[in-house]
Amino acid sequence: MQALTNRAKPVDRRPMTFFEKLYLPAIAKGMGITFKHIFRKKATVNYPEETRPFSPVFRGLHILNRDEEGRERCTACGLCAVACPAEAITMEAAERLPGEEHLYREEKYAARYEINMLRCIFCGFCEEACPKQAIYMTETFAPANYQRKGFIYGKDDLLIPDPKNPITVNK
Amino acid sequence: MAEEKKLFKVKIDNIPVEVEPGTTILNAARLIGGDVVPPAMCYYSKLQGSGGKCRTCLVKVSKGSDADPRPMPKLVASCRTTVMDGMEVANITSPEVLEARKGVVEFLLLNHPLDCPVCDQAGECDLQDLSYEHGVSATRYEFKRRTFEKEDIGEHIKLHMTRCILCYRCVFTADQLTNNRQHGILGRGDHSEISTYIKASLDQTNFIGNVIDVCPVGALTDRTARFKNRVWFLKPVDAHRECHDPNCCGKTVLWMRGDEIFRVTARKDKYGEVEAFICDTCRFEKKDVKDWVVEGPRKVARYSVISQGHYVGVHKPHETVAKVMDGRQPKLLMDIHSVSEVNQPAVDLSKIEGPAHSNDFPKNNGAQ
Repeated sequence: MQALTNRAKPVDRRPMTFFEKLYLPAIAKGMGITFKHIFRKKATVNYPEETRPFSPVFRGLHILNRDEEGRERCTACGLCAVACPAEAITMEAAERLPGEEHLYREEKYAARYEINMLRCIFCGFCEEACPKQAIYMTETFAPANYQRKGFIYGKDDLLIPDPKNPITVNK
Repeated sequence: MAEEKKLFKVKIDNIPVEVEPGTTILNAARLIGGDVVPPAMCYYSKLQGSGGKCRTCLVKVSKGSDADPRPMPKLVASCRTTVMDGMEVANITSPEVLEARKGVVEFLLLNHPLDCPVCDQAGECDLQDLSYEHGVSATRYEFKRRTFEKEDIGEHIKLHMTRCILCYRCVFTADQLTNNRQHGILGRGDHSEISTYIKASLDQTNFIGNVIDVCPVGALTDRTARFKNRVWFLKPVDAHRECHDPNCCGKTVLWMRGDEIFRVTARKDKYGEVEAFICDTCRFEKKDVKDWVVEGPRKVARYSVISQGHYVGVHKPHETVAKVMDGRQPKLLMDIHSVSEVNQPAVDLSKIEGPAHSNDFPKNNGAQ
């Protein structure tokens, strides 16, 4: 049969020599390889205590950003949702009432904003499409959950805490 | 000169066309169709006297006529200039025209707020298309833009004067379709603005809603659909109904999502002009599928953002589970509506009068 590659080696079936029958040199050689690896740099990290640094372009869990006055930047323009190849983003818009100017930056805002993390493929198109710098992808993973319903992220989960009012935790 | 059917031979971008005397260059170009049609922001073929204001349709007349072959000294507005026999016009073949058009777009955008993420017209806005095609990405204007207060002119129409480009189309619409015009242009020059005199309501006539359709930008928008959804998430569907108003054609486009009708507009052709005007009853008050006879999905140009995600000719695979498992339906692992607060089947956002506000979105409504 023709060999697929020319790297095939025939099995050596000659009887072992006396030197080979001693085994000790082979053991020493094998242990040498083992001990060499002990002093090498480890390929793993002690995960929970130690974490690997993320790449600067890592695309993780989304956040909804606020402006410097603590108002929500998102204006529910729908460009993230239309750019989303997985159709993971849905939203419902509302008009800002007089007196809500400290909460929302523009006259329209996202009253509801949801990302289905089961659908999301973390491509970052939403971040790229956003004209208001409202949605960003952070350097964290979406945490695991036992149930599917834990992966529907609403505004409570996505919006960053207000830097002006840190007491009003969103939950 | 009694020959009635003497046609003028015109060449637009070296494409010959024969048109009747009295035709404008723009309409002659529309007979050819395609890329040679100059864009128009203020001209509206269904409104008499419109045109000549925005200057986006400027073309170069390189040969006046057979009798007088001299070129016209300046670029002319093609919506107002009638053709002559043997006229030669350059539109996209003339770099001068393209340069001038770029300048016109920059002028139109001087005071335009560019709040497209907020504006309801985004996605079907003539100015958006025009600036995308002809404009530069940055403005050189350094001064404060002119701003106006937002105004509710009538129950159904919202006026954002800041976005207006003063095309006068809505004024012509009110003049020619209704018998009682309540709004017009106040002030002159840079100070001119569309408004009503002393806060009058526009709702007194049954055809005023057409100003929303003729507006090339988002200056006049439908309050019943305001901020409720983006046009590209809605599905345009051709529909008609028996309208009691004799002037209303009753043929409309419904902008639907599921069974909800978010917006009713007239049918627009490829130049963004309505095919026939519709009355306000059809436009604002018939937001139920039962009121309409649905004809089928509307053809949307492939390059339009409205066609995003609307897949044509989709063959959905058959669900084989029920067939194989003796009629047992596949197990639903999660009903999205039990978790999601968005697009709940029980809540009809389209039925809310005017735009939704924070009190229309109770906290944790329906979610578990």
